[in-house]
Amino acid sequence: MFYLGMDVGSTATKCIVVDGSGTIVGKGLARGGAGTKAPAAAEAEALAQAQVSESEIETICATGYGRHLFDQANMEKSELSCHAKGASRLFPGVRTVIDIGGQDAKVLRLGVGGSLENFAMNDKCAAGTGRFLDVMAGVFGCDVSELSDYDRQSDHSVSISSTCTVFAESEVISKLASGESIYDVAAGVHDSVVDRTAGLANRLGIVPPVAMTGGVALNDALRERLEKKIGYPIQTSELAQFNGAFGAAIYALEA
Amino acid sequence: MTELTPAKSVAGKVVAAVANNVYESAIEAKKNGEKIAWISSNFPQEIPTAFGLHCVYPESQAAAISAKGAGQTMCEHAENELGLSNDICAYARISQAYADLGKCPNGEREMPLPDLVLCCNNICDCMFKWYENLARTLNIPIVMIDVPFNNKFDVDDKRIKYIRGQFDQAIKQLEGILGQKFDEKKFEEVCKISSQVGEEWLKATKYLNYKPAPYKGFDLFNHMAVATMARGQKESLEAFKEFNAECEQFIKEHKSTFKGDEKHRIMFEGIACWPYLGVTYKTLKNMGVNVTSCVYGPSFAFTYKNLDEMAAAYASMPNATNLERATQLREELCQEGKVDGGLVHINRSCKMWSSFMPEMARRISRDLDIPVVMFDGDQSDPRNFSEEQYVTRVQGLVEIMDSNAKKGE
Ligand code: SF4
Repeated sequence: MFYLGMDVGSTATKCIVVDGSGTIVGKGLARGGAGTKAPAAAEAEALAQAQVSESEIETICATGYGRHLFDQANMEKSELSCHAKGASRLFPGVRTVIDIGGQDAKVLRLGVGGSLENFAMNDKCAAGTGRFLDVMAGVFGCDVSELSDYDRQSDHSVSISSTCTVFAESEVISKLASGESIYDVAAGVHDSVVDRTAGLANRLGIVPPVAMTGGVALNDALRERLEKKIGYPIQTSELAQFNGAFGAAIYALEA
Repeated sequence: MTELTPAKSVAGKVVAAVANNVYESAIEAKKNGEKIAWISSNFPQEIPTAFGLHCVYPESQAAAISAKGAGQTMCEHAENELGLSNDICAYARISQAYADLGKCPNGEREMPLPDLVLCCNNICDCMFKWYENLARTLNIPIVMIDVPFNNKFDVDDKRIKYIRGQFDQAIKQLEGILGQKFDEKKFEEVCKISSQVGEEWLKATKYLNYKPAPYKGFDLFNHMAVATMARGQKESLEAFKEFNAECEQFIKEHKSTFKGDEKHRIMFEGIACWPYLGVTYKTLKNMGVNVTSCVYGPSFAFTYKNLDEMAAAYASMPNATNLERATQLREELCQEGKVDGGLVHINRSCKMWSSFMPEMARRISRDLDIPVVMFDGDQSDPRNFSEEQYVTRVQGLVEIMDSNAKKGE
């Protein structure tokens, strides 16, 4: 039998299928969240990759902001617990997980056994989230996945002092207009996210080892800046974006 | 955990009627040509009550207006027609909109316009500008009492002298405005009732310490209106006594107004999200969470025998005390309420109360070894709250409390 975890986020939906031993056999990702076709698309992709039919799925666990709207789910878990669960499998022994998603940034502290012990989340504001980086990539005219390369080409970071996404957007435009290089401004944008994330992590208290999940974890340059800022190495995985869905799948397996 | 029989509170309605009567009798008084004061919630109301002055409370009115769904319309009026910034406390915005309009959009909570305003800043400094603005726009007198934030743990004599001097000055000012002498005897009587009401109110809040509790903690948010608005009235004393007798009865009969199994008990810190009272309550209730600790008990339970003691009491308001004392108060309440976690409202309106919350939450969590979670919202402006974000945070909190409970089994 197989188990499915579905993370219906704000900007993307992720799906993971695991077998009876908790090994990942299929994954799917589609842009769009609750109320769009993304959940169905992500599920279809994961099932196809796993070569598993819907009838072979024993339990489905949904998480993420759109979890209530995913009718096929047999159970729901908060994204906080799912991220803790997923991270404890992806990074055995991890105690602090930093997750930067589309609409929120969170820092989780895990107990020795991997259970969620405490957490801190960003306030109701896009600053320091994936959305902030999306908006800035829009100003640079590049894809968000290119920001890491831009940063690597910078020789100094141009400070972006506004935390508000809208104000920061105009600040970035004015820095570019005053002749700062796009690469240095990109580095400054990263530093601004790093400062906010480190603030959130310090509020909770950082206990090593530390791992990072969510789409932004794949941004190497940003992650390295964060390592320097908090003073700990940060593990990540190419499955970083699927961490919540993976945790949900494990909950489905354990149910 | 034993599940209690769901009960409906009759005494709760008696308490609500006392609050309602404050507004109704003020409306009546205005019609009869008597003077009306708008008064901030922690102004020493014993003074105007001793003068027989009718007082109504803009904060309580704004809370009622928001709970009934007109918060946004009133805030927008304040912003668009009066030019007030969206950053100003929503109570202040609603109140100034009401002063301008003289009525609510759909009669949500009417009260008479004031002939004078009485302001005390012991809960925040926003009060100053709010009341000054009311006095200026309505062209009416203002009586102001300044209670500075106390950065020390205790209230020292210098502070008491400073505040006491202002009490004397306020009495003189009121004698001038109202054209009548201050009646010391009446004042003593009011103080006595006020202290008794405070004690009964505190007793009422302490019934939440029973495990499981005989009522749902959210009820306190409503009953608090009486502790705020009618502290010096005999009716309040009777109403709280009735409420307390009902609590005793519920405990004996294993009943509670909290429906379902009280799986977890938490501290709720901050003002309620009035526009989303139903959502915020039901989210907790559906997960078996009752609020059994909140700072509103001691906030309105003043006991004193003379003006000096009264000065010390009003200078000890939770928002006027330093972080150490404020934290200690919460921690004691958490222990008495036997809580498994805490939920803190980071309230966009109330900067004073919210700004020290992250550090206080961190200390409470550390000292009591319980999870304390924060959510963003606003007491009155519905545009500053996201239901989904609230639910996610509460769910995370409950999952941690569940797993802690399992560990403890
Ligand atoms: S800022 Fe806070 S304490 Fe001050 S009036 Fe508003 S809600 Fe009350």
